[in-house]
Amino acid sequence: MAEKSGADILIEALLAQGVDTVFGYPGGAVLPIYDALFQHPKIRHVLVRHEAGAAHAAEGYARSTGKPGVVLVTSGPGATNAVTGIADAFMDSIPLVVLTGQVATNLIGSDAFQEADTVGITRHCTKHNYLVKDPSELGGVIAEAFHIATQGRPGPVVVDIPKNVQVATADYDRHTGNAAKRYVPAGDADFALITQAVELLAKAKSPILYTGGGIINSGPDASAALRELAALTGAPVTSTLMGLGAFPASDPAWLGMLGMHGTYEANLAMNQCDVMLCLGARFDDRVTGRLDAFSPGSIKVHVDIDRSSINKTIRVDLPIVADVGKAIRQMITVWNSRKLQPQNLDEWWARIKGWRSVDSLSYPDSKAEIMPQYAIERLYELTKDRSPIITTEVGQHQMWAAQHFHFDAPNKWLTSGGLGTMGYGLPAAIGAQMGDMDALVIDIAGEASIQMNIQEMGTASQYRLPVKVFIINNEWMGMVRQWQQLTYESRYSNSYSDSLPDFVALAEAYGWKGIRCSDPAKLDDAIAEMLSFDGPVMFDCRVSKEANCFPMIPSGAAHTEMILNSEEVSGTMDDEAKALV
Amino acid sequence: MKIQTETAERHVLTLTVDNEAGTLARIAGMFTARGYNIDSLTVADITEDHSVSRITIVTKGPPEVIDQIIAQCERLIPVHKVTDLTDAGPHVERELALVKVNGTGDKRVEAMRLADIYRARVIDATVSSFIFEITGGPDKIDTFIALMRELGLVEVGRTGIVGLMRGSENS
Ligand SMILES: Cc1ncc(C[n+]2csc(CCOP(=O)(O)OP(=O)(O)O)c2C)c(N)n1
Ligand SMILES: [Mg+2]
Repeated sequence: MAEKSGADILIEALLAQGVDTVFGYPGGAVLPIYDALFQHPKIRHVLVRHEAGAAHAAEGYARSTGKPGVVLVTSGPGATNAVTGIADAFMDSIPLVVLTGQVATNLIGSDAFQEADTVGITRHCTKHNYLVKDPSELGGVIAEAFHIATQGRPGPVVVDIPKNVQVATADYDRHTGNAAKRYVPAGDADFALITQAVELLAKAKSPILYTGGGIINSGPDASAALRELAALTGAPVTSTLMGLGAFPASDPAWLGMLGMHGTYEANLAMNQCDVMLCLGARFDDRVTGRLDAFSPGSIKVHVDIDRSSINKTIRVDLPIVADVGKAIRQMITVWNSRKLQPQNLDEWWARIKGWRSVDSLSYPDSKAEIMPQYAIERLYELTKDRSPIITTEVGQHQMWAAQHFHFDAPNKWLTSGGLGTMGYGLPAAIGAQMGDMDALVIDIAGEASIQMNIQEMGTASQYRLPVKVFIINNEWMGMVRQWQQLTYESRYSNSYSDSLPDFVALAEAYGWKGIRCSDPAKLDDAIAEMLSFDGPVMFDCRVSKEANCFPMIPSGAAHTEMILNSEEVSGTMDDEAKALV
Repeated sequence: MKIQTETAERHVLTLTVDNEAGTLARIAGMFTARGYNIDSLTVADITEDHSVSRITIVTKGPPEVIDQIIAQCERLIPVHKVTDLTDAGPHVERELALVKVNGTGDKRVEAMRLADIYRARVIDATVSSFIFEITGGPDKIDTFIALMRELGLVEVGRTGIVGLMRGSENS
């Protein structure tokens, strides 16, 4: 068998994994790989403008297509620039394989030019990482890296490849590529536990399905199964930020998102339920509020593929370690084979109806200026027929998008939930557009966040990606300002978005179309103009500057202590609450 | 406001892991990153082909935290098996210490006499010093060291404990 260079082995191993798109940025320590790419046109390389953009683009690609995202960056600054995206993918369980160049093995540890301890830096924000010291290991490592990234609870895997390993030669046969199957994640659930869970659901008088990103990670069938389970049990469904779209927002059983900026009905139902079935969610602090007041009267069943997610913050009564999609299918089978019927849930639904009537997502209307919630509502109404992919940045606009944009299908909502990374949305939109050139992809942005990876406009121009960036421009780091108003008596320390660029002129400078709108009466037309433009558009939507995002559970408060509107805001908080954030 | 801490119990965990670069850093770093304690940690490879190591970790925490520690260890790819010896039942724990003592006259004689009682061996001697080698459970070693402190203790090296389940079962 002819020997191949490490770089060629890498490319073949990627092709063997079905990789057709790589997001990257070249540099000294990856030149051999870039040269091999040049000879392999089957792999599309998307040249970003900053390595953070590559990692977030790969995340957007992965989240929207269900396939792993692949990143290629150079050593040192290339790798460190990608770290935020890697950490983001780790928190939100996004499958990434990140290939980093490294200085030659004989130089490692010598503070060589562009040397960084990439495996050390990324050890605790990856699911696993490798330093490959011999090209003969590359085939096996790449196969295992993809296996680990995509199976079980997905996550990022870093493969650090020294430059001499890219050049040196070894045998490679894609069929013998040793994908050591030392990692075997949970699959089907224990049948006895599933039976217990189903019995609890069938006896419940006030059940709730609390769903999360795990359903989306499990694949489209998990979403389909969730719909069936909800129909069988008659239980209401709520979801975390990460799980939006797994259950259709148009379904009458949908309560909306739960947690800090969730709906009144979702949070009250969580508080008052008698059986809680948590499916692929992890009782995050943004969801639970004050732990000792979290759903005090319920029996809790938790299905998660990651055993460490169980009993981490909330003690549950029935833990089930399994792939959530498979577990739901098993529940449906048991329910059907026993011909179970739900209890009469009329009273439970009547109480939910009462909470719904509070209309917690309502907001003060305005004719004079565009309310940010209104902007998102209109964007939703005017695009919903095209089932768009929505990405977001981080801040108020993100929460308003979660509240006022509605999803009926999974893989359409891409947001940075766990890490809360400003600058995620534009590169994620680019990645999603690469995954589906025909999709309508919109980044709902804030004027502060968009500036964190604004350089990626150039990437969209280069690849003719018709992404739309819809900036909810309130001239504030709105979420920071809101917290300062609520907690620090409106001392607005460094939260004003001063010296903003002219976003329309900026758009034009990058060869995009720029649109600005500040008049609610003209908003629909302006959105229509954005949608009809066949190319990237930056929409500067000038909104009411002081609007706050409600409802809100202040940090350290219970679900029952929601603030519904600004009249209830006090402006101070004790130290215990301040420390929680 | 004051930072609060919780009461903790001691647990001995053994981990069977792949003997590859970075495994120890991964485990030790995970403990630091998540704020868990490590009282002692020992590691050595245990198979003929050197591919597998056993790590013994002594840690402290409330029961929920110990449970999380085990789950977080199991989540690491090179970790094959985690056993909580403290929970699993009867087990043995052993540690080795080297204890250097300086002294002459009565003190020297007394150090020798105590070493004999504790079955410590002399592995180095000069006219004015000894190095004792002692193995045993951590309590025995603690007591021996405390006694030597009175008799001219100079320095101590300890390995940290290794442990196995009693009986025929594999831990
Ligand atoms: C990288 C990063 N730095 C800082 C923060 C903290 N942070 C959260 S929201 C926010 C303000 C975002 O402002 P903008 O993008 O204008 O959104 P708005 O809240 O106004 O909608 C900041 C600074 C963050 N989430 N990410
Ligand atoms: Mg803003």
